[in-house]
Amino acid sequence: MAYAAGVDVGSTQTKAVVIDESGQIVGRALTDTGANVMAAAEKAFAMAVADASVDEEEVEFVIGTGYGRYKVTFGNAQVTEISCHARGAVHMFPKTRTVLDMGGQDTKAIRVGEHGEIGDFCMNDKCAAGTGRFLGAASTALEIPLGELGPTALRAERTVKISTTCTVFAESEILSWLGKGRKVEDILLGVHQSISSRSIGLLRRVGIEPEVTFTGGVAKNTGMIKTLEDGLGLKINVSPDSHYMGALGAALFSLDRIRASRAPARAGDK
Amino acid sequence: MTQETILGRGNMEGARLVRQWFEQLDATAKAGDPSAYVFVMGSFAEILRCFDLPVVFPEINSIQTAVRHVAHEMLNEAEDYGYSPDICGYVKADVSVQLRRGEHPMGRIPRPTLAVLTNACNTYIKWAEIWERMHGTRVFTLDVPGTRAAGRQSAPGSREFENDRRYVEGQIRELIGVCEELTGKRFDIDRLRQHLAWSNEMNGAWARILELNRTRPAVFNALTDGTIYLGVSNALRASEEGARYFRELAGELAYKKAQGIGTLSEETYRLVFVGVPCYPIFRRFNELFTEWGGSFVCSTYLWFASGGVNRGFQFDTDRPIESLAEGALLSVRDAMDSMFLNDRVIGEMIDEFAIDGVVYHPIKSCRTVSTGLADGRRALMEERDIPSLFIESDMMDRRVVSEAQMKNRADAFFEGLAARRQREAAASGG
Repeated sequence: MAYAAGVDVGSTQTKAVVIDESGQIVGRALTDTGANVMAAAEKAFAMAVADASVDEEEVEFVIGTGYGRYKVTFGNAQVTEISCHARGAVHMFPKTRTVLDMGGQDTKAIRVGEHGEIGDFCMNDKCAAGTGRFLGAASTALEIPLGELGPTALRAERTVKISTTCTVFAESEILSWLGKGRKVEDILLGVHQSISSRSIGLLRRVGIEPEVTFTGGVAKNTGMIKTLEDGLGLKINVSPDSHYMGALGAALFSLDRIRASRAPARAGDK
Repeated sequence: MTQETILGRGNMEGARLVRQWFEQLDATAKAGDPSAYVFVMGSFAEILRCFDLPVVFPEINSIQTAVRHVAHEMLNEAEDYGYSPDICGYVKADVSVQLRRGEHPMGRIPRPTLAVLTNACNTYIKWAEIWERMHGTRVFTLDVPGTRAAGRQSAPGSREFENDRRYVEGQIRELIGVCEELTGKRFDIDRLRQHLAWSNEMNGAWARILELNRTRPAVFNALTDGTIYLGVSNALRASEEGARYFRELAGELAYKKAQGIGTLSEETYRLVFVGVPCYPIFRRFNELFTEWGGSFVCSTYLWFASGGVNRGFQFDTDRPIESLAEGALLSVRDAMDSMFLNDRVIGEMIDEFAIDGVVYHPIKSCRTVSTGLADGRRALMEERDIPSLFIESDMMDRRVVSEAQMKNRADAFFEGLAARRQREAAASGG
């Protein structure tokens, strides 16, 4: 049995996935990226291999993706996370035609074809507004752990309109609403709606075609899923492995390379 | 001529001529002699040269500060003076030059005695007002009608066109009067005929050069080499040296075509560039594409920043002023169309130049050229099945140029192009 792997070195976290020849995930791992990007990539890969209970030598091809993809020095090739998220999303949900990937510092809207190929893509430019960082700022200002932001927002009764799109200014706006006596859950719903609204704007730029699949670390946030579905007026696909979608896509590209290297030579090929 | 002496001559000679032009401006500034500030979209250099007025292109001055990596200091200086970060980077770098009494990385720039501009760019008008206030510069604005009406302008031969032409001609005659008054020199129509003849040679060569890139592999890079040619086209417009340069450049590129010598050793993808280049990382920006085998074979920049010279318009030297008006009308309109309403012409370019992808580069500090690019792209996408990349940065301000983000987008674009090519090959049984 041969295995393929993908390592997604993101701005905040590094994810690794090992898949078998059928494309099934057999091992996964996640670690903080930190300052030593190379070490984070190695650590995530070693953890994923251990999770899969295979030997590193059995992993025939490794592709690095994410902003730190060129730091996956033990890897065999690099592919952008845009291509990888598209590929991973279509693998998980074959009817996917639009992907929204929301990570720590960027959000990507991707229009994809039936084989996961990119039709068009669009990202937030030079500013972390509308990304996971915005939630991080809210988490800090409201002293609520990231994992509880979504459920708290869903308890809102009367949403607060967050007008700023700047991640830095968001904290002061949140504090001003607290000063006016507004409930934390109402403020948080406003934060989620603000991010959701910007993300839907990106999706509209590439064209929203069902099915829509939500990937990246923020896809674990139930409040974000709800506000996106409300804003889009449709159900969106979310996998329990949404966080690993980039690494999965990279692993699938690795599997392609393994298969290509084994393909029998055609008559006439040298 | 040997291959060694022909190849690369256009780039080396172009750089030399631009340096020499700046040296002449430096001498003008030091002597305190008059100069005319003009813009790339309608410079009317043919008229100004009749009065021996050296032409200064503030846009080119500003570009030079960006490629020489000093623009950030100059933008900061203008912002400290009170200009908003949102204002055109070209304007702010020029404000800094004016505040520094003409000090510039290429030498001293003379103060403007006269500024000649068209309504092609709305910023031109406000920009000239700055010199008017700072130096009391005489400002002459030419109103070119029909510059925002792609496909609906008056056509040559029609009564409407004749009216428009006469309107521009009247303004040119007024400009001649202003030049006579400022310089104390009499207008000589035979000199104008000579300058128009040199412009004819340059215009014709420019159109031929752009067409030469239909060949595969492309004989010049429309982004990098093209910008050098563009500098000479503007700075030496209507001059004997300019005519000689373009005659030789067309010869060099025709030689490359005949020999099958391309700008890239392996041209994998043929691209169109739409917008204004990213001057703060000019070479690196191009490498983001060439390292994937991507070659910019044409660019709307080479149309609008040449003032519409790409049309190859030929002036009739038997009726010089009338013909200059006609040429200005057609060329400035064409430059405007290629900036604002370019989806139709890009569609044609895709076929004529066998294009694989279109790269749009909207820039933060020029809303004039960037507003509408998204619409243009969408319109093109509806008409044509062609991959495109929308990548935003700036032509001057390195604070909004993020190389890592640009590389990520360029890489994803090429991954998409590669996957598309594989699918097409598989579908055709290749």
